[in-house]
Amino acid sequence: MKARVLVRLKPGILDVQGAAVKRALTGLGFTELTDLRVGKVIEVELDAASLELARARVADMCRQLLANPILEDYTIETVDDLAPGGAVR
Amino acid sequence: MRFGVVVFPGTWSDCDFHHVISEVLHEPVKYVWHRERNLEGLECVILPGGFSYGDYLRAGAIAGRSPVVEALPDFVAGGGLVLGSCNGFQILCEAGILPGALMRNECLQYRCQSTHLVVENVETPFTRGLRRGQVLTMPISHGEGKYHASPETLAELRQGNQIVFRYADADGRVTRAANPNGSLENIAGIVNRAATVLGLMPHPERACEAAMGGTDGILLFHSLLGSLVEDGTFLKR
Repeated sequence: MKARVLVRLKPGILDVQGAAVKRALTGLGFTELTDLRVGKVIEVELDAASLELARARVADMCRQLLANPILEDYTIETVDDLAPGGAVR
Repeated sequence: MRFGVVVFPGTWSDCDFHHVISEVLHEPVKYVWHRERNLEGLECVILPGGFSYGDYLRAGAIAGRSPVVEALPDFVAGGGLVLGSCNGFQILCEAGILPGALMRNECLQYRCQSTHLVVENVETPFTRGLRRGQVLTMPISHGEGKYHASPETLAELRQGNQIVFRYADADGRVTRAANPNGSLENIAGIVNRAATVLGLMPHPERACEAAMGGTDGILLFHSLLGSLVEDGTFLKR
């Protein structure tokens, strides 16, 4: 089973990296840019009997290590390994 | 006082702490490898600065789940003291031993400079030899030292008198200009509720000998050592 974890700074927490990238893009002429925030993508592969179990285990990983709940939110996208190129649920 | 200096892969201030404790203070000290869970015989555990496990994922995140850090709550419950400096502070926050978190500096720069710290709480084993309002000079060296906490956590810190050091100017005024990293309310160091665990971003171990440019860091150690003296007195410089 494959899962993709997206970790983002919580809304309202100043993202200095995002602000710097936004400034750089504006300098490149992308003046229509109104906001930009930088996050992380973590790709996980695991053995699990079902999609639900996989999702629960990955949620545990997020709570224990992958995200810092004081600063970050996370979302989990489970990719069904049996359907290559299949839909992201 | 028997000190243990924890070494993670990527720690860089371990030798500095070891040198100060053994050569300047002449106290017993040993290195403690990050896989160690047995802290028996130690009275104070130091988590030094550096880039533990490369600071991968987040600064201090992986070290915060290491065997030696998992052993710290029991060590503290048994009367042990813990001092985490720089990466050590990040690790203590990541492990949930201290509240809040440390984020990338607001200026986006890695800051390696001297800072002034105003002492707010002298009711800790680490600061009992100091005066409230005293200004200490110590270096910082970090890219992720901006302290962040929720409004609720900040209120608890204030209520519990847990804020120990704030970045200030040379006269002890807590100003925005004196804040090197954008820390919430200029916070540079905090303790846990019981005041037995101190986390701070500055490096006391790099300010313990005149040849290093300052000796204010040694005052934290003298406070610590004095805390073992029965009549409450402590060693003076």
